[in-house]
Amino acid sequence: MTSWIEKQRSILDYTLSSLIRRKGKNISLFIVYTLVVFILASAMFFTEAMKREASLILKGAPEMVVQRLLMGRYDPIPLDYLQKIRGIRGVISADARLWGYYYDPAVGANYTVMAPRNQSIAQGKIIIGKGIARVRMINKGDILSFHAYDGQVRSFTIDGELPAASELVSADLILITEAGFRDLFGFPASHATDIVVSVRNPQELLTIARKISEQLPDTRPIIRDEIVRTYDSVFDWRGGMVIVLIMMALLAFVIFAWEKASGLSAEEKREIGILKAIGWETSDVIAVKTYEGSVVSFFSFAFGILLAYGHVFFSSAFLFAPALKGWSVLYPDFRITPFIDPHQVGILFFLTVVPYTVATIVPSWRAAIVDPDSVMRS
Amino acid sequence: MPTSPGRSSKPLISHRSRKMTGKARLTVRKSSLCLVIFGTALLMLGAMFFHATYQRQADTPLIGRVAGVVKTLALTDLCLFTEARYTRHPSQADLFSAFQDHPMALEHFPAGSIVGPPATLRKLHDKLD
Amino acid sequence: MIRLLNVRKGFNLGRTNEFIAVGGVDLSLEGNRITVLKGPSGSGKTTLLSLIGCMSRPTSGRISLLRNLLGNNGFLKDGDTPEVEVTSLPERFLTEIRRQTFGFIFQQLNLIKGVTVLENILLPAYPLGKKHGVVKKRAEELLDMFGLGDRAAARVEWLSGGEAQRVAIARALMNDPPIIIADEPTAHLDSKLSREFMDIIAHLKGQGKTIIIASHDPLVFEAPVVDRVIAVRDGMIDGAGA
Ligand SMILES: Nc1ncnc2c1ncn2[C@@H]1O[C@H](COP(=O)(O)OP(=O)(O)O)[C@@H](O)[C@H]1O
Ligand SMILES: [Mg+2]
Repeated sequence: MTSWIEKQRSILDYTLSSLIRRKGKNISLFIVYTLVVFILASAMFFTEAMKREASLILKGAPEMVVQRLLMGRYDPIPLDYLQKIRGIRGVISADARLWGYYYDPAVGANYTVMAPRNQSIAQGKIIIGKGIARVRMINKGDILSFHAYDGQVRSFTIDGELPAASELVSADLILITEAGFRDLFGFPASHATDIVVSVRNPQELLTIARKISEQLPDTRPIIRDEIVRTYDSVFDWRGGMVIVLIMMALLAFVIFAWEKASGLSAEEKREIGILKAIGWETSDVIAVKTYEGSVVSFFSFAFGILLAYGHVFFSSAFLFAPALKGWSVLYPDFRITPFIDPHQVGILFFLTVVPYTVATIVPSWRAAIVDPDSVMRS
Repeated sequence: MPTSPGRSSKPLISHRSRKMTGKARLTVRKSSLCLVIFGTALLMLGAMFFHATYQRQADTPLIGRVAGVVKTLALTDLCLFTEARYTRHPSQADLFSAFQDHPMALEHFPAGSIVGPPATLRKLHDKLD
Repeated sequence: MIRLLNVRKGFNLGRTNEFIAVGGVDLSLEGNRITVLKGPSGSGKTTLLSLIGCMSRPTSGRISLLRNLLGNNGFLKDGDTPEVEVTSLPERFLTEIRRQTFGFIFQQLNLIKGVTVLENILLPAYPLGKKHGVVKKRAEELLDMFGLGDRAAARVEWLSGGEAQRVAIARALMNDPPIIIADEPTAHLDSKLSREFMDIIAHLKGQGKTIIIASHDPLVFEAPVVDRVIAVRDGMIDGAGA
C-alpha cells in the first residue's frame, strides 16, 4: 500500500514536471478553463440564490391581485368591485391598492409611487426608497417636487427612508398618502389600481380566482404562486441570452480543450515509448495522462468556483450588474444571500472535470500500447 | 549478484567531479506542493459551503424583514429592472407588453434578455382566463 | 546467463515488404563480460539487442535468462528451473524484466526533454514505488559518480553530448540492473569521449555488470576491456565469435 502511494506520488511528480515544461499551453488552458467555470458557476450561483431569495421574500406578497382589463390592457379597477369580491365565499378581505409609476425627468428614472394601506403617512410627507435617495441625493427633511397630472408642481417633504435591507423590493418606492396620490395623478376616488384579496383557505385560491373571473369577467386574477413562478423564470438562466453566451464559451472551450488535450504530438508519443522501454507499464503511462487531465481540470474547477462565489456573494455579482441594470438608472444595492446547492456544484464538477480528463486519457490509451522497441530506432 | 556502482563514493569522471549544489538537493517535491494546493483547494471549497450556510443563517432574519416590508406594503415584485413597467413589475404586466406577445420574443430592453415571460403566459392555470 | 536458441525476427510478415532482420541466431552470453555485437549498419544488431532486452518478442526461437538475473520479480515461482524462458511471458512481466534486469543506453539516448537531469535519472525507479528519499539519494550518488552533480537541476537539452551520454548511463544504472545494453553508444561521441565511455564500461564490469554493446566503432570493439566480439551480418552470426 505504501509502495502504491509512493508510486502514484512519483508518477504525479513526473506529471507535474511534464505539465510545467509546457507552461504556455497549460497556463492558457488553465485560464480559459477557469474562466468558463467561473462564468458558468457565477450564473448558476446568482440565479439559484436570487430564485431562492425571491421565493422567500415574495412569501409576503398578496395571495391574489385582481386587475381590471380594458381592451386587453390593464385599467384602473372600480372600487365597487370590492363589494362583489368580498361577497364571494371564502374571501376574508379585499382591499384596494393604489400604486403607479412616475418618471422623473431630472435623473431619467422611473419611480413606483404607492399609497400604502397599512402604513400611515403624514399629510404632505413622503417616504422614499434608498435608491431614490441615492440617485437624487436627497435625505430626510429635503423636499421632492413632482409634476402632477395638471401640469402643476406638487412638493412633498421627505419624512424618512425605507430600510436599506429591503432595497431589493423598495429601492424605487415612494410612499405617499392616499389623498396625495389621487391628487398627484388626478386619479378618481371611485377607482383603484388593483385589488388584493386574501382567502380563508389557500387551497380554495384557484376556485375563488375562477369565481372572481366569472362574476367580474373584465378582471384578471393573479395568484401568489404565479408571482413566485414569474421570478423562477426571471432567474432561469437557461432561458435568457446568458445561456447563448455560455454555450458559445463552452463550445469554444470544448474545441480548444480537445485540441490541446487530445492531440498527442510525435514528441509525446516518443516519450511514452521511452517510458515503456525503461520499464513503465501501460497503466503507469495512462496514470500520467489521468493525473495531467485531473490536475488541470480540478484546479480550474476549484479556482473558477471560488472566484464565482466571491464574485456573486461578496461583490454582488458586479460583472452581471450591467446586464441586470440594463438601461435602468435606479438599481437596488443589495447583497445576495448565498443559497448554494451542493447538487448543482456537483453537476458542474462532472460537466467540467470529467470530460476534460477523459479527453486527455483516451488518445494516450492508444499511444500507451506502442511497442517499446520503437524507441530503439528513429 | 553484482555490487552497486552507486555505493562507491569515488567519482568515475574525475575531470569535472563537482558535487550537487545544495539548492538542487533541497527542492520540495512537486507532488507535495501539488497535494498541499489540492488540500487547500478542498479546504476552501469546504469553507465556501460553510460560509454559505453560516451567512444564510445570519441573513434569515434580514430576509424575514424584507418579507415583512413586502407584506405590509402588499408588494408583488422585486425592484431589479426599473427601465419599464413590465420589467419593474413583470408579474403584474399586461398580457401585451412588449416581449410578452410571444413567450420567446426578444425584447427591446436589455433586461428582456434576462427576464422571461411571466408565469401566466407560460402556463395558464386551469380555466381562469 | 543469456541463451538464444534459433531466434528469428521478421518484420511485416506475410506482406510484400516482408523482411527477416534476424535469421536463426544461436548465442550464449556469459555473465560479467563485455560483449560487443559488431557489424555493418542494417545487419540486425539493434533488433538483436531489443530481443535480448525483452523489448520485442522473436518471431520464433527461445530466449532464456538465468533465474538469478531476474531479481525478485513477481511472476517467479519457487519451483522454476534455473533458467527462465522469457519469450512467452506476458507483456506485464516483460516490463518488469526491462525495469529490473536491463539498463538501456539507446543510440538516440532518448532522454526526456524539458525535464531535469535528476528526474530523467529517477524515471526508471518511479514504477517501483520505493521511498522517494532512498531513490533520490541513489540518483544523486549516480550524478556525483558521473561528475554531473552540478547539472542535476539542468534540463537535459542544455547538456553537452558527453554529459547527455553520462546521464543516459546513469539512468540505465538507476535500478541497479545486472545487465547493461548499449546500442551504438559512441555514434555521437568524439574519440576522447568514446574512450571515456569505454572506461566507464570497464568500471561497470569491475562491479560485476554484464554488458552487451552493439557497435561498428573500432574504438569500441578493439578496446582491451572487451571480452568477446560477435560479428553480425545479414541477421546471422559469423562463426562462433572471438
Ligand atoms: N520495425 C521494422 N520494420 C521493418 N523493418 C525493420 C524494422 N526494424 C528493423 N528493420 C530492418 O531490419 C534490419 C536490421 O535493422 P537493425 O537491427 O536496426 O540493424 P543495425 O542496428 O545493425 O543497423 C534493417 O534492414 C531494418 O531496415
Ligand atoms: Mg542499429
